[in-house]
Amino acid sequence: MLRLVIRRLLQLIPTLLGLSVLLFVWLNRLPGGPASAILGERATEAEVARINKLLGLDQPLYIQYGRFLKRIAELDLGTSTQTGQPVWDEFTLRFPATVELSIAAMIIAIAVGIPLGYLAARHRGGWLDLGSVTGSLIGICIPVFFLALILKGIFAVEMGIFPTTGRQSTDINATDITGFAVLDGLITGEFDASWDALVHLVLPAVTLASIPLAVIVRMTRASVLEVVGEDYVRTAESKGLERKVVRGRHIMRNALLPVVTAVGLLTGSLLSGAVLTESVFTFGGIGSFIRTAISERDYPVLVGFIMFIALIYVLINLLVDLAYSLIDPRVRVH
Amino acid sequence: MTAPLETTSASAEAQPEAVLAGAGASQIEGRSLGQIAWTRFKRDKAAVAGGIVVIGLVLMAALAKPIQAVFDLDPNKFHQDLVDPALQAPKGAWGGMSWEHPLGVDPGFGRDLLARVIEGSWVSLLVAVGATLVSVTIGVILGVIAGYYGGWVDSVVSRLMDTFLAFPLLLFAISLSASVQDGFWGLTGLPLRIAVLIFVIGFFAWPYIGRIVRAQTMSLREREFVEASRSLGARGPFIIFRELMPNLVAPILVYATLLIPTNILFEAALSFLGVGIAPPQASWGGMLTDAADRYEADLQYMFVPGLAIFITVLAFNLLGDGLRDALDPRSK
Repeated sequence: MLRLVIRRLLQLIPTLLGLSVLLFVWLNRLPGGPASAILGERATEAEVARINKLLGLDQPLYIQYGRFLKRIAELDLGTSTQTGQPVWDEFTLRFPATVELSIAAMIIAIAVGIPLGYLAARHRGGWLDLGSVTGSLIGICIPVFFLALILKGIFAVEMGIFPTTGRQSTDINATDITGFAVLDGLITGEFDASWDALVHLVLPAVTLASIPLAVIVRMTRASVLEVVGEDYVRTAESKGLERKVVRGRHIMRNALLPVVTAVGLLTGSLLSGAVLTESVFTFGGIGSFIRTAISERDYPVLVGFIMFIALIYVLINLLVDLAYSLIDPRVRVH
Repeated sequence: MTAPLETTSASAEAQPEAVLAGAGASQIEGRSLGQIAWTRFKRDKAAVAGGIVVIGLVLMAALAKPIQAVFDLDPNKFHQDLVDPALQAPKGAWGGMSWEHPLGVDPGFGRDLLARVIEGSWVSLLVAVGATLVSVTIGVILGVIAGYYGGWVDSVVSRLMDTFLAFPLLLFAISLSASVQDGFWGLTGLPLRIAVLIFVIGFFAWPYIGRIVRAQTMSLREREFVEASRSLGARGPFIIFRELMPNLVAPILVYATLLIPTNILFEAALSFLGVGIAPPQASWGGMLTDAADRYEADLQYMFVPGLAIFITVLAFNLLGDGLRDALDPRSK
């Protein structure tokens, strides 16, 4: 197990180097790089040269790249042009909101998706199967931001059941401990604050859950159908094992392997979906901030946020790989 | 749909059991693999429906300008008289639907929505298909090279693909297309935005095609007909173009079809976030941004561009799934 962890960590190196090179090239070599971001589009050559010298962009590439890596390692990514705060601080301030939203979405997707996929497979051809197959096709084809608008329009604007925007009502002065609004309320005993945050979370989380839910239903269904046809399931059933045991130990344990991988990959892609979802609900996480960073041309925030998200994405994939080897002993052999 | 397959009997010496259609016409049953695939495809009602919608959409996109001219639909013409000046909402029920404006008009400006949907269709399809071509080009070249030559070449290409796949693509595309300004590549305005979107989306999606092509090439490389060709003295390029490529047409076609809807969603998302197609040019994603900004004035507006995207994506997915089942029944 330890050797596997080490090998996986070593495999991260080229990926991370690739990431840093991509960002470096983008930052420095594309038009719309730092100089024109600072000076605007109509800068003269001389001004651009001056800024480039100031930022050390006239030095050889490898030196610039080295300094770039050093800055990343020190978490020094400049300051946001919108707020004047360091990018890292802006990130840590907003990241919990996005994590909370992503976790809520993933809980919905897993809690609904796996049982639904299983039932659809066990009652193949029935109305539940037909419904879940159709539903997951719709979930995959509908743009996340369109779904967000529909849910917001129906449940928040027309019916008024849920709030339209934000993470928490402004009249609630919740204590901030972890940054996770729902959790904070539980810790401090301010249950009304927790409840309020939870109500705000429902629509964004359901929206964000749509794609992972659709994929999980599809994969679980396909995977269960495949496993159910295996000899060992028939053996287990024919030797009179309880249905519960067959389902848990023989079907689900094997059928869930590909689903676990998918869940991991989906967790990473949730971060992209969160940008779209948050921007419709003005949720106040990194997604909403990226949206405003785009319109305000706040390049330090864009680069910094995207790099951190990419790092987190890569780390999640690593954890998924390791989790996979825990569930499936066969992987460990290699 | 299967036209390219029937013309690719270049490797007629290939084994009849070749899984992929296009490997050559087997005369024993009197039906080519392409015909078999076509029969299978026709039986799939959803796929046929998807195909018909796709053809309709492509026609609409290709003929957008003539259609607008003939029916006098101007996507950028303001009809302020149709908009309530106080509420900014279209007058009348259902977002101002009328015989003159079958899908209604947009809040604020009163622009005809049918005209804007048609206008958005060519932008959307051009970007999606263009980006797919970029991905297929890069993916096929690198995938075939990696799969055929193996060794360190394969290691380098595979690492590269892993690196690309390890990134949240949407976020990269956001930052890239947000930072490109007028004058890049000597282009400005709409042509620049379209070129940037095609390049950015295509550039990030190639590993999906690359992986499939690499895997297919690796398994084809070990087959007897390739070995036979090699023993007759054929070299790398000949084998790649005359033996491998005809067998790769089917999977490439299938996965390119399935990549198009992903790219449509991608473009819509970028335009929605304000880094794709810039207004006043109509785009489906951009129309949804308007709808999001003005949902208090006109809640129905969002369904027009939203359903346009949904129907298009659904149709391409159904067509792609159908093609896959027809051409490669062993895959799921």
